[in-house]
Amino acid sequence: MLKKGTLLFFLLLIVWILLAGTNHQEIIIGAIVSLLLTIIFFSKATIFSEFHINPKAIFYSIIYIFVFSWELLKSNLDVAFRVIHPAIPINPGIVKVKTKLKSKLGRVILANSITLTPGTLTVDTNGEDYYIHWIDVTSDDIEGATKQIVSKFEKYLEVIFG
Amino acid sequence: MEIFGAVITLIGSIFLLLGGLGILRMPDVYNRMQTGTKATTLGSILFLIGISIGHYECGCLGKIAIIILFIIFTNPISSNTLARAAHFAGIKLTSRSVKDDLKEDDLENKGEEK
Repeated sequence: MLKKGTLLFFLLLIVWILLAGTNHQEIIIGAIVSLLLTIIFFSKATIFSEFHINPKAIFYSIIYIFVFSWELLKSNLDVAFRVIHPAIPINPGIVKVKTKLKSKLGRVILANSITLTPGTLTVDTNGEDYYIHWIDVTSDDIEGATKQIVSKFEKYLEVIFG
Repeated sequence: MEIFGAVITLIGSIFLLLGGLGILRMPDVYNRMQTGTKATTLGSILFLIGISIGHYECGCLGKIAIIILFIIFTNPISSNTLARAAHFAGIKLTSRSVKDDLKEDDLENKGEEK
């Protein structure tokens, strides 16, 4: 409980420092306000109850950022190629995939990651089912689509959110 | 340093240009959303990173980091909502589409309700 309060406090403080710069007065005021906000709102901030805070989860979070950036770059180039190709080689469709994640926040982050990678766009979710608009449908069944779209993100999020 | 920043900004601008081109060329609203809302994500991010490198003396690195975070957090939410609204407003997929699981499942659910 205390650990997660500290996390919230440092998160607020870091955002403040990024915004205001490293002036001593600014940091002191920022720290006081962050502390107040943490004390007042911590009991309501249920979003942090789903994080696992241990070295492995933090390590996987950092790897996740890199994996995600790489996927973002790769699929951006792919979609850019489809746009400039004279024949527009697209093969679109809405496919259904399933996730193994139980945590709500984890599911939100997974859906947003899928949407942020070009070529896939989450249209609707229903419990563990995601309906994804895919610009190039290469596999027809749920398992194949799940493997290609979801698995690469899921294995990291599973460790982070459980 | 300035030239390096300018090159990154230029690459970002190219992605933004391709995103705009994609809106013109793609056949239906969902594919337009693919390029229009998201090919621009990387474009904007690279554009901002390029500016922060080119003008590193202005001390705006932190602010640019926050702008990038806001783009990453808000962009998918708006695209989700737009796509979902378009689908439930009954906008058809292009005739080149392969399959539509969401529509099939909706029809099944309605059948069960009746």
